[in-house]
Amino acid sequence: MDELLQAEHVSMVFGGLKAVSNFNLHLNKGELVGLIGPNGAGKTTAFNMLTGVYRPTTGSITFAGKSIVGLPPYEVTQRGIARTFQNIRLFSELTVLENVKIAFHFHVKYGLIEAVLRVGRYFREEQEIEEEAMELLRIFHLEDKADEVAKNLPYGAQRRLEIARALAAKPKLLLLDEPAAGMNPQETHELMEMIRWIRREFALTILLIEHDMSLVMGICERIYVLEYGEILAEGTPKEIKANPEVIRAYLGGE
Amino acid sequence: MKRNFLRRNDLIMLVFAIILFAVLQGLIEGRVLSSFWQLNLLIIGINVILAASLNLINGYTGQFSLGHAGFMAVGAYVGVVLTTNFSVPFGAALVAGGIAAGALGFLIGIPTLRLRGDYLAIATLGLGEIIRIVIMNIQYVGGAAGFKGIPHHTTFAWVFFIMLFTLFFIKNFVNSTHGRACLAIRENEIAAESMGINTTKYKVMAFTIGAAFAGVAGGLFAHAFYLITPASFTFMQTFNYLIMVVMGGLGSITGSIAGAFVVTFISAALASWPEFRMIIYAVALILLMFYRPQGLFGYKEITNMGIFRKCFAKGGKANG
Repeated sequence: MDELLQAEHVSMVFGGLKAVSNFNLHLNKGELVGLIGPNGAGKTTAFNMLTGVYRPTTGSITFAGKSIVGLPPYEVTQRGIARTFQNIRLFSELTVLENVKIAFHFHVKYGLIEAVLRVGRYFREEQEIEEEAMELLRIFHLEDKADEVAKNLPYGAQRRLEIARALAAKPKLLLLDEPAAGMNPQETHELMEMIRWIRREFALTILLIEHDMSLVMGICERIYVLEYGEILAEGTPKEIKANPEVIRAYLGGE
Repeated sequence: MKRNFLRRNDLIMLVFAIILFAVLQGLIEGRVLSSFWQLNLLIIGINVILAASLNLINGYTGQFSLGHAGFMAVGAYVGVVLTTNFSVPFGAALVAGGIAAGALGFLIGIPTLRLRGDYLAIATLGLGEIIRIVIMNIQYVGGAAGFKGIPHHTTFAWVFFIMLFTLFFIKNFVNSTHGRACLAIRENEIAAESMGINTTKYKVMAFTIGAAFAGVAGGLFAHAFYLITPASFTFMQTFNYLIMVVMGGLGSITGSIAGAFVVTFISAALASWPEFRMIIYAVALILLMFYRPQGLFGYKEITNMGIFRKCFAKGGKANG
């Protein structure tokens, strides 16, 4: 199988605090992998390093064969990694449709002058963006909310909108930071189906952080367990469930 | 289909604007308006340009800049030097002033736009003052005494059509992927960056465009008078434009037009009672902030509101 992302010996130090140390992770094309761990284990820090928000103190990260360490977040996204956020970060005063349209940004080819004079590729590309954005909204059952202001959406819908927006950037790898946080079991179940479906439909590789074990165990093919900034275990859901180290980390040992 | 209604909206706006121009020009030609009101009509138009361009930076991109009067000064002085000392045609001088102000905005934007919020406001405020004081110390342009003998080039037609161009430019910019990038920066910079938007580039772009239009407006302003002095471009001027933008609504072009009109009109109408002017002005602002903190128009445009919705095909947020 083709390797898409490889992080080797990555560590992140904030002052005296080692948030993540010796973090190793690899993702093959098309995989759906989970990253779990107790609160404060460094999962989001790991995400922030993979997406360029933080520059790792040491270690290497390669994506599609090229190093992405030190790239600003927007360039990482342009290489093909899109993400959602644990604490939802929508463009809250803009409409649902505009939120999605924004993410097409770096695929748009018309320049400033074409935009201002409304000539050349402007209308055709704008129309394409609009159609593709509406298509994404339909997939996430948001099409009738297209003109609503994003902050007025219910919580679950905001989470779905964030995923739709990330997909609009046409990524190869999608990072989902607690996509089911705050959702009820019914919504979580629908989300699971949706994640499975978009992976197939968009030929994505997905890495997700999640606390909801039913979701993680239900859809992930492989799972990494992080504790105190280090990888504690790696394996299939079955292996992880049976791993005594993991059970100790979650339930406490003697 | 989309193509058609966007064009149709623009056409309706354009026809409306030309009718407005014809009416106002008729009033001027027919000497219905006194010369005092004729001058104020020019000032309103110029202030619309300034408010709309400041809105692009402060309202749409969310970067709190207070250097607008400085960029206006650059455009004004470059313009008057070219027309007065080098007999350059007025239009070319305006463009040159705009380019000079835009170039300065670009150079200054790169370092200062790394700052956020209050820090950016203070840096740009200082910048505007530096520009003014530098001009004050250049004897070639008259120093503190000002630049005299400026030819009277600014007519209502010049102001009106440049204003129209500015408004269409900013409207089209905001409704493109470039404008959406700016909106995204205002809404959430981290999310914008993670959507593949080069935030620094777009902040500098908005700042440069805003500064360039301020420069053009400065040129128009200067050629409406015989004399300009650095005192015409103090930070109090910037605050005036900021008030217009906030009053009209940060992120609304219609709001900028309304804000520029209301503020200029109030101060002109009360010109004979200067002691009441500031009181009324202040009370109006306080009431507005109490009852409508988002400004007269909020984020809305006139093309999206009530009765106008019927005239204009339902479109995106800022098609007016």
